[in-house]
Order: sequence, then structure tokens, then C-alpha cells
Amino acid sequence: MRNRFMLAGLAAGISLLTLGAAQAVEIEYWQYAYETRVTAMDQLIANFEKANPDITVKQTTFPYDDYQTRVIAAKAAGQGPDVLQLFYGWLDKFQSGGVLQPLSPTVFPHDAIEADFFPIVTAMKRGDDYYGLPTAVRSLALFYNKKLFTEAGLDPSKPPQTLDELVAAAVATAKHDDAGNLISEGITMDMAGQDHQWWREVLTRQFGGVPYSDDYRTVKYGEKGGVEALKFYTDLQTEQKVGQTGFMDEGQAAFRGGMAAMTIDGTFRLGSFKTIDQFEWGVTELPANADGTRSNYASYFANGIGASAQGEELAAAEKFLAYVSSPEAMQIWLNVVGELPARKSAALTDANLADPILSPFLKALDYAHTTQFVDEAGQRQVAIDMANRVLLEGQSPADSVAEAATAEQAIIDAAAK
Amino acid sequence: MAQGAITDGTASKGRVWDRFSIRTKRVIWAWAFLALPIIFYGWIRFYPTFQAFWISFTDWDILKPAQFVGLENYDKLVHDPQFWKVFRNTFTYLIVGTPISLVIAFLVAYYLDRVRFMHGFIRALYFLPFLTTAAALAWVWRWIYQPVPVGLINGLLSQFGIPQQPFLKSTTQGLPAIMVTAIWAGLGFQVIIFLAGLRAIPSTYYEAARIDGLGEGAILRKITLPLLKPTTVFLVVFSSIGFLRIFDSVYNMTSNDPGGPLGSTKPIVLMIYQTAFSSFDMGYAAAQTVVLFTILLIVSLLQLFVLRNR
Repeated sequence: MRNRFMLAGLAAGISLLTLGAAQAVEIEYWQYAYETRVTAMDQLIANFEKANPDITVKQTTFPYDDYQTRVIAAKAAGQGPDVLQLFYGWLDKFQSGGVLQPLSPTVFPHDAIEADFFPIVTAMKRGDDYYGLPTAVRSLALFYNKKLFTEAGLDPSKPPQTLDELVAAAVATAKHDDAGNLISEGITMDMAGQDHQWWREVLTRQFGGVPYSDDYRTVKYGEKGGVEALKFYTDLQTEQKVGQTGFMDEGQAAFRGGMAAMTIDGTFRLGSFKTIDQFEWGVTELPANADGTRSNYASYFANGIGASAQGEELAAAEKFLAYVSSPEAMQIWLNVVGELPARKSAALTDANLADPILSPFLKALDYAHTTQFVDEAGQRQVAIDMANRVLLEGQSPADSVAEAATAEQAIIDAAAK
Repeated sequence: MAQGAITDGTASKGRVWDRFSIRTKRVIWAWAFLALPIIFYGWIRFYPTFQAFWISFTDWDILKPAQFVGLENYDKLVHDPQFWKVFRNTFTYLIVGTPISLVIAFLVAYYLDRVRFMHGFIRALYFLPFLTTAAALAWVWRWIYQPVPVGLINGLLSQFGIPQQPFLKSTTQGLPAIMVTAIWAGLGFQVIIFLAGLRAIPSTYYEAARIDGLGEGAILRKITLPLLKPTTVFLVVFSSIGFLRIFDSVYNMTSNDPGGPLGSTKPIVLMIYQTAFSSFDMGYAAAQTVVLFTILLIVSLLQLFVLRNR
């Protein structure tokens, strides 16, 4: 009797379970682990689940260094996420490898995307299809330590606006000990950080060249601009002695520690710099050259839909993607992570434009370029090696740039094969 | 015995087991127990090894199906300057690192063996780094090697008015700087093994030698070193393989430009890792792995041959 009763209970339980499964869809969201991004996404997921009680979203994160491997390995094993975050520069690899599926034009109409988002969104388009939408975009700016500026007798409300002023400010703020060792940097030098973008898309253009052909398939910095740009950069260490590669390990660490007066970094650093309490810091646009030419590098992480999402999971994934690309989500992302909204209407509000920290980044979006990488890590390594050959081996900037141009062209050609 | 069991007509046909002798049963039991690890080992180690040989002849990139490309990957390898650089680096780690670490370990063990005062404590101090995670050690050393005002060594140097050294940021000092930490990290293990080897030599030999009037130098040369040969062989092979496979200390000490400036500290394993998991060029990575496998095999066989017992 008792047994039969238990059996009935069990059967009822199982039918309840299956009923529950039919109603609630669980989708999986992947991004790399970065504290503020995970917090922001947790908030977005909570809001989304409240509005869509029949959908649950499970967030999974991996360390950045491991992230691409995980995505690709999961695709190979046929167990990819339903929605995933990707750097725009990985799109070629992910799209050709079948990690992503194109966004349905009925759910995400192209004319609406192109009207509402900043133009750099087109980097997510291949052929006639979009493969993802960004929540936030990032650009670069010059961060400066107001305390060190004041100590050096500079006006902390007038940060450098040209390259000459930048060098002058760096010379004034750099500190050396009696033996001539640098103990506090004027400006950080970290090619592995954002400096390679600064050199590639900003300095090269300011010295009269272009980094690549318009389709980013031919390296052009070897012809004009690149050499002068590299010389300007390496001179900061070898001639003016205001910065040093590897000082405090990373540029951002030196700035955080109050041991660097200036550093070039992106919007994504705002969240972590906001916790600095030993000194006040400010942000200004990347310095212009003597002719007043400015440039910047803008990039973004987009969210795309995994190739394996089908049926009701696909519908849920589309709903989720639409929500994380909505103006509301962008505002949350801006508040928590500090990255700029990818929609013009959400970004260019009066409040944002009046914000002394956000406005330099927002202004930059007008004249920013977005490098189309085929192998981001590989192309960055080319730039790191190029600077190292000059700084460590005494190679001339001209030879080093020529060598880098050949090496990078080989990477681009190999990817096109 | 066995004969008797078979001719015994009372044994039922179904009970085959009873017909085996105790000796045979023991062998069967032994193989039954051994089979499990052998199958497991074959499956997780030998099968992937052969798989790697096959992948090295393809252009597999994980995402697209593999296509046979013959010796293309090996051809690329031979003409890749980066490969020859990491090849040189790897052998520098091996050829410089192994003898230095063994000589230091032997000297420490030889003198530690004679120390009675706080013997256990000193031994524990030497062994401690071996117990620590390699990644944690590497990060500590990474900061020790920093320029002033952070780095410990450069701080000391500049106090004595010596110009500071770039260490890991240099193409010439990077590799030795990493080698020092690798030697230091492995020293404890080698010291313990040497100590055990020294203790295993019967003291009667030493007593006889002293009675015969042999000096300390002669005792070391004629008795200690020859009798320590099995220990030395083990450590040479073990340490060589360790240096040929060096990865974690290099990767963690130079993670913002993996393999040091211009690849000056990059060992072959790091190149394999980057080819496989940054570029996802699995075929090319497998070809590098096959080369490393061959090197490891040759070096191990060569050492066993040279140091064999005659």
C-alpha cells in the first residue's frame, strides 16, 4: 500500500518536472570574466527574467585568456552557448567556423540597426548578414593624474592637447632617482596594452600615413607615417626618458599605483580606475598633432547568437539579445562597467556630453577608426615586437617598421587563404 | 599438478577456473589488475599520441574538418625562424640548466649530509619551493625582477650604486633570469633524492677507505660519485625532461608578452601552446609536438645509454 502510494507520488513528480521543462526555457550566456561586466550582466539577466518569467538565463564566464578556446572547443563538441559575447575582431574566425548564426533580419531589421547604432556596428556584418550587436562601444583617451600634475607645477585643469604638449607634460612629471633610474613615469609605455592601437590608428595617421588600405587587407604603415610614429613613441623611452616598457609590469598598474602621470587607456578601464582613492585623475581626448588632426581607435564586444540555438531556445535567445542591446541595458552597462552606449540616442545625451569623464570618449567616436583584425593577438604581437626591436636591440625605426609590415601582411594573407 | 587437475574427470566442464593451477590463477589475477591501468593509460595517453602524429599531417583548425596536407606542416616548421629560435632556447634551458642544477643540488646534499645541527629544518627549507605552485613562484619572481621602485633585486643594486638591470625585459637576461627560478624551484627535490642516495652508500666503504688512508677528495671521486651513479642517472633524465618541457614559469613570468621580448625566453612548449590555442592551427602545433616528442625520446635514450651500467 505504502509502496503504491510512493510510486504514485513519484509519477506525479516526474510529470510535474516534464511540465515545468516544457514551460521554462533555459538559455546559456557566455562572456569572459571581468568583475564589472559580470555584475552588469547579472543585473540585466535579473531584469530580463522579471519581464520574461518563462525564460531563465544562465551566465557562464571564463578567464579572458581562455575564452576563445572555450568557445571554439564547445563548438567542436556541439555544446556551444545560445548567446555569447565576442570581440568584433574575432568575427571572421567565429563566422567562418560556424560558431555563430546570422541574426534574423525580421527580428533585427538592418535599416534600424544602421540608423540607431554608431557606424562601427557594420564591423559585425559579413555579406548581407549581421552576426551580432554591441551593447557598448569603447574608445581611447588620455588619463592623467591631477596630483602629479600639480606637484610638477602643471595646471591640472589644462591637460595636454597636442603631441608636443604631451611630451612637455611627460618631461615635467617624470621622476628619476640619483642614479638616473625612472621612479615615476611621465607617460606609461605598454605596447601590449592600448599603445599598439594608439600607434596604429592614431599616431600613424597623425604623422601623415594610413595604417592599412580601406579594406584592411593591405598593410600601409610601412609606406608613410609608421616610421615617424614609431620614432615618436620609442623616443619617449630612449630620448626623453619619460616612460619605460614594463615599468610596474603594466601601464595601468603604474597609473593606478600613482607612479605614472599619464596613461592611454580605454573606457573599459573607468570602472577599475574609479576605485582609486589616493589621488584625483582626469580624462582628456588623445592629443592632436600640430595640424590639429585627431584620431582614435574604437572597438567593441558584441553579443551574437550561437549556431546551435534552435526553436524556442532561438526565440528566447533573440529576445535576450534584443534586451541586452536596448537603450535601458546600455544605460545599466554605462553605469556599472563605464562603457559607452552603442546606440547614438543613448550615448549622446546632454548628461553624458556634459560629463567631464565621458565626453572625451564620446567626442572620439566622431573621428575614431576600427581596425579590422584577422588575428588580434598575432597582429598585436607584431606591434610589440616592432617596438622591442627598437628599444632592446637598437634597430632603426625604419627597418623595424618594414619588418613589422611584412610580418603583419603575412598574417593577413594567411587568414584570407 | 596441472596435469592432475585436467585429467580429473570429476571437475565439471563449466568450472574452467578450477582447472587452472594456483600459479596460472595468480598470473591471471595479476593481469586482470594490470589490465585496467594499461587500458586506461593506452586510451588517455597512447591513443592521443598516435592521433597527434596523424593531426600533424593535416590542416585541422578545430572548426573545419581536417584535410590531409602531407608534410606541409613540417616543411613550414623547418623554414620558420621562430621555431629555430625556440629550439635554441629550449636547448639552452636543457644544456645549461641541467648540469648547473645537478651540481648545486649535489653540493647542497653533500654538505647537508654532514650537518647535524638543524638538519631537518634546513632540508625542509630547500624542499619548500618544490611544494609551492609553479605559477605562484613565477609571479613572486616576476615582481622580484621588476625595475625600481618595485623590484627587490634592482632596489638592492641601486642602493650600492650599481645600475639597474632589465632582467625579464631584456632579450639577453630574460632566459637566464627564468632559468635561475626554474633551477631554484626544482632544487629541493634533487637535494632530497641525492641525500637518499648518499645515505644508501654503506658506511663500511668509507671506514675501509679511511683506514687505508684515502683523502676526502679521493673518497668522493672513487666511492661516493661512482656509487651515486643510479641516483645521478635518474636525476639527469628527470631534470632534462623537466627543462625540455619548461612552460609554466616562462608563461607566468612573461604573460603580457608571452615568451619574453622578441620570443627570447620562449621554449618549444609555449610555442606549441600558442600555435594550438591562440592561432588554433592544430596541424602545425601537432607537428611541433611530434618534433618535441622525438627530441625527448632521443635525449632520454641517449642519456640512458651514456650513463648505463657497464
